[in-house]
Parts: sequence; C-alpha cells; structure tokens
Amino acid sequence: MDPINFVILASILFAIGAAAVLLRRNAIIAFMGVELMLNAANLALVAFSRMHGEIDGQIMAFFVLVVAAAEVVVGLAIIIAVFRARQTISLDEPAELKG
Amino acid sequence: MLDLTWLLIAVPLASSFVLLLLGKRANPWGHWLGVAASGTAFVIGLLALIQMLGLDAHDRSHAVHLFSWIPGGELNLDAGLLVDPLSMTFVMLVTFVGTLIHIYSVAYMEHDPNRRIFFAYLNLFVAAMLLLVLADSYLLLFVGWEGVGLASYLLIGFWNQKPEYATAANKAFVVNRIGDIGLILAMGLMFTYLGGVDFATVFAAAPEASTAQLTAIGLTLLLAATGKSAQFPLQSWLGDAMAGPTPVSALIHAATMVTAGVYLIVRSAPIYEGAPAAQTVVAAIGAFTLILGALIGMAKDDIKKALAASTMSQIGYMMLAAGLGPIGYAFAIFHLVTHGFFKAGMFLGAGSVMHGMHDQVDMRRYGALRTAMVTTWVTFGLGWLAILGVPPFSGFWSKDKIIEAAFVGEGAQPWILGGAALIGAGLTAFYMSRLFFMTFHGKARWTDDQHPHESPALMTVPMIILAVGSAFLGLFLAMGDRFTDWLEPVTGHAEHHEPVLPVPVIMVATLLLVALGAWVAWRKYGAADVPETAPAASLATIAARNDMFQDSVNRGVFERPGTHLTRTLVYADAALVDGAVDKTAHSFARTGESVRKTQNGQVRSYALTMLVGLVIVIIVVVQGGL
Repeated sequence: MDPINFVILASILFAIGAAAVLLRRNAIIAFMGVELMLNAANLALVAFSRMHGEIDGQIMAFFVLVVAAAEVVVGLAIIIAVFRARQTISLDEPAELKG
Repeated sequence: MLDLTWLLIAVPLASSFVLLLLGKRANPWGHWLGVAASGTAFVIGLLALIQMLGLDAHDRSHAVHLFSWIPGGELNLDAGLLVDPLSMTFVMLVTFVGTLIHIYSVAYMEHDPNRRIFFAYLNLFVAAMLLLVLADSYLLLFVGWEGVGLASYLLIGFWNQKPEYATAANKAFVVNRIGDIGLILAMGLMFTYLGGVDFATVFAAAPEASTAQLTAIGLTLLLAATGKSAQFPLQSWLGDAMAGPTPVSALIHAATMVTAGVYLIVRSAPIYEGAPAAQTVVAAIGAFTLILGALIGMAKDDIKKALAASTMSQIGYMMLAAGLGPIGYAFAIFHLVTHGFFKAGMFLGAGSVMHGMHDQVDMRRYGALRTAMVTTWVTFGLGWLAILGVPPFSGFWSKDKIIEAAFVGEGAQPWILGGAALIGAGLTAFYMSRLFFMTFHGKARWTDDQHPHESPALMTVPMIILAVGSAFLGLFLAMGDRFTDWLEPVTGHAEHHEPVLPVPVIMVATLLLVALGAWVAWRKYGAADVPETAPAASLATIAARNDMFQDSVNRGVFERPGTHLTRTLVYADAALVDGAVDKTAHSFARTGESVRKTQNGQVRSYALTMLVGLVIVIIVVVQGGL
C-alpha cells in the first residue's frame, strides 16, 4: 500500500483534532482533540520513516508518546483544578488573560 | 595700626553675628553693643588716620595682606586690604556718620520690638561697606558690594509686615542685581584683557590695553555704579527704598552705600584714563540724573521721597565730576563727604519730624514746625544752607568746584555739562527750600491727633554734630586745598584748566540761580498758604510726582516684552520640545491600545491564532524551500 495514504489519513485526523480544539467548548473534548492531533503527527512520522527507510521518524514518535503521556497528566490536573475553582470546564469561561 | 585695619571690618561683623545668634537674650543691651562696635571701628579708623597723616604723601598707600584667597592657576588672588587716602576718607565717613546714626537709632527705634535685629543689620552694613572700600581687588570689593546690597535689602524691608515695604525691598534688590551683572562682566573682561582682578594688576596693565577694551570695562563698571548709586537708568529703586526706617535712609540711602558707585568710578580712574568715551558717558549720565532727580524732587510731597530725589540728584553731581577725569575726582569725593554730612543730617531731621508728627510724611500736613522743634529746625536749616551751596557752608566748597570743573573742556561738552550743573543748582535751591519752608514755616496744617514735640537728646545730639559738620567741614577741608592734596596720591595730579567762562562769572551765576530758586520757593511755599491736598497740576508736575513715569517705562520697555518673551519660550518649550516627546509616547500608547484587543482571554482564539501562524510558517518554509 502506498505510504502516502497514511500521510493523508494523518492530515485528516489532524484536521479533525484541530477542529475539535477550536470548535468545542468542553475542555475534555478539546483535550481529546489535542490527543488526536498528537497521534496524527505520530502516524505521519511513522509513515515518513517507512517512506525514507530510516529509523528517525519512529524514534521521534516515541518521544511524542512520552511527551503526550506527560501532557495528559498535567492537562487533566489543570482541568480538575479549574473545575474545582469554577464548577465548570468550559474553555470560554476563564478570561483572566483578557488584556 | 595700619596693619590692624582688618579689625575695622571684623568688629562690626562679629557684633552683628553676636546680636543675631544670641537671640532675645541680647535684647536689653544689644543696641548698645551695636553702637559700641561702630564706635570701636571709628576709633580704629581715627588712629589709622592719625598714623597715615604722619607719613609722607607717597607712603600713604598701604597694602595689608590677609590670606591667600583663590590660588588657582591663571587666577591667583589674595584677599587683602588697600589702605590709602581714598579708602581712609570713606572709612572715616562711614564709621563717623555710621556711629552717629547708630546712637540716633537707639532712641528712634526704642519702641520697636526688633531693635536688636535692626542693630545687627546696621553693623552688618558697616562691616560690608568697610570691606567694599578697603578691598584691594574687584572681587573682594564685590563681596562688600553684595554685602551692602544685602544689608540694604534687609533694612528697607525691616517692617516687611507691610506688603508694599517688602515689595520695595525686593525692587531694590532686583534693580541692584542688574547693576551687579555689570560688575561681574567687568571682572570677566578685566581677567581676559588685563590678566587679573586685583587693583595692582589691573591698573598696571591698563595703560597697555586698547581703547576698545578699556571702554568696554569702563561701561560695564558704569552699569554697576548706576545700579548701586541710583543713577539713570537704574534709579527707580531709591524712592521706594524710603520704606525703610529713617536712620537707614540716612546712613545707607543718603550718606554711604549709594555713593559706592562714585567710589567705584574714582577707584577705577586708571581704566577711565584710557577710555575717554566711557568717561564722557559717566559725565553725561551724571548730568542727566542730576536734572532728573531735581525735577522729581520739585514735585514730591513725601518728605523722605523728596530727600531721596535730592540724593539722586546730588550723586548725579558726583558722577558728573567723576566723569570729568582727574580734575573732577577729588571734587567728586569732596562733594561725597560733605553730602554725606548734610544729607544724613537732613534725613535725621526728617526722622525727628516724623517722630514728633506721628509718622506723618506728607509735607502738606506739616508747617510752622520751627516753633515746636527748634533744634530740628536749626540743624535742618544748616543742612539746607549747605546743600544750597550758600557760602561759607559745606556744599558751597564742593558743589561750586564741580560746576567750575564741568565748564572745563572744548567744544559743546563744557556748555552742556556745565549748563546742566548750573541749572541743577537752581533747581536744588528750589526743591530744598520748598521742602524746608513747607515743613518748618508757613501756617500749621497738622491733623488733630498730632502734637509735635522735640525729640530726645539721643536723637538731637547726632543731628547737632552733623549740622556742625554741614556748616564747617567744607570750609575746613577746602582751606589751602587740604582735601585735594590729601587725595592726590590716589586721584593723580590735576593740571589746572581754565573753564570756558571766567570763574567769578560761574560763581555769581550759581549764587544768583540759587537765590532765585530759594526766592520762588519762599513766595510759593513760605509766604503763601500751602493747600493741604496736592492741587491739580500741569502734565510736567504730574510726571515729576510719578517719578517721570520711571516704573511705567520700566514696565513697558522691560517687564512686558520680557514677560512676553518668557511666555513665548515657555509656549515653545511646551509645544515643540514637550510636544515631540509627548506625541512619541502617545503613539506608542495608541499602538499598545490597538494590539491589546487581540488579548481577549479566549483560549480557543489563541489556539486559532497559533494554528494560523503555524500554517503560515509551514507554507513559507515549504514554498521557500528552506
């Protein structure tokens, strides 16, 4: 199978993830979007590794997995902290950064 | 004794500090300490004078080195005193008249709660004036010059609880500052052209300097002299300075400080030797001011202001003489000394009249005081005869010589200067007789609460001594040319010049004009009734009553354009300099305002921005093939 299809699939997944982050107010859903984008990137990296016959992409994918795991821990902790403070996990609610 | 002349300055200065620092504790005896300090200075001066008289004429100039003052490279200046016949003359005048006025003030200021401070200031003045005349460099002279200015300011504003008196003090201070700039400029020019500011260096270098340089120095020195001596165009402060207590007017604004300008010109004789143009300007200013002062004096009803105008006019005579060169110097100083006596005496007389008349100064409310105050009448009368120049009283010997000297020369100059001096003598006779007759003769025009009485002995004795001086000092000093010979080592030997008119003609003309002036004054103010309020008068009289509109002129010519200039500068500063800075700051602020809108606090919009940015970066990287 032509590896370019994997890249196309990765692009579609990334777009869906990005749309989820941008369009949904629920922090959990947005968070899932982020995860989807990370995994789309992983898929693209593995596909590139296959295309070029080199191992670099796969190594990079492992790095991304580790970083994603750490990001989940921190991200969920922040979401819980926000929920405790405000009784909501809407992304539009906190606006302290408004200039 | 000559080496101890520094004590002349130190004693009054120390007394002044003691009186100021001890505070109220010194109140019971403070005034006597002031009198003692001034008296001590007089005794020291007298001993020095006796020692000097024992020396040969050419040994009489004595330098006293005090300390190294400004040791700095090009400018190496020592503080020292120059004791010579000229400074000694001033020392005797200042300490003698000063001591008499100190004694007078003990009684005059008796009911003033701040009498001790008054004496502290008087002592400060005596110290500063002596430093001025004894200094051996222009810079040390300047210290004394500022010192007398300070004392004058403090004493004019002594009753500064009245706002107009405080304003008068400020006016005197400000006008004097303009003159001071002249002295500072002169010192700068001397340092540049003549290589120093001490008398020895300056006078040694003066003959080699160019006429233009000396003229510049001479004119700047003249500016300084006009400020201190209330000469045109800086004359406006003297009339208002009469706000001070009368003894102050007698000492500072008649006898001593205001003559400092004449001293400065005579002391700077070697500079004026090389600058005939500057010399002519000095004489012209003197002649102009003597007429101006006389005209103002003719219209004033305030006894002190009339005397102040007269002072201005008489100093005009001295300036005129000082501007004539070596033939005039000695007569300028001679007139200065006799004037110091008779004018101080008359001011003390005016003070005595005010003392007895409930501080009334309007001569239209005086009249017939000769019966109530006999001593004041007689002493004032002697001063009056002296200033008129009636022989054989003091003023005759000094003023007549100045008029004669003014007629010496070539071309139109002697006719103009001499004519001014001659007319001035007639005007002087008129306004002084007017003052005398309005005060002491005619009908009594007193208000109901006035009960004129003679002043206590502490006041009348100094007046009597000064009156004796007014009567006989001129004759004593003029006999055998005593005074001119005494000053000759300083002022130089004057070649005898014949005036353009024969001397007897000048003398007779002067006496006739004086008699005419006195006669007119008698007809108008002695024999006839004087209205109690000033009658409506011609434009000329109104102008004279308003000091020839000097304040309006100053306001129109200097103050208003000056105010406009500063306002323009302030506006330009605000609009251009501040404007540029403010506009820059505002533009940054506005940029910030518009950029701020992007920080809306919406997390998802930040994410969108990041995504768009990332896409753009990727497109650029891919398209650019980087």
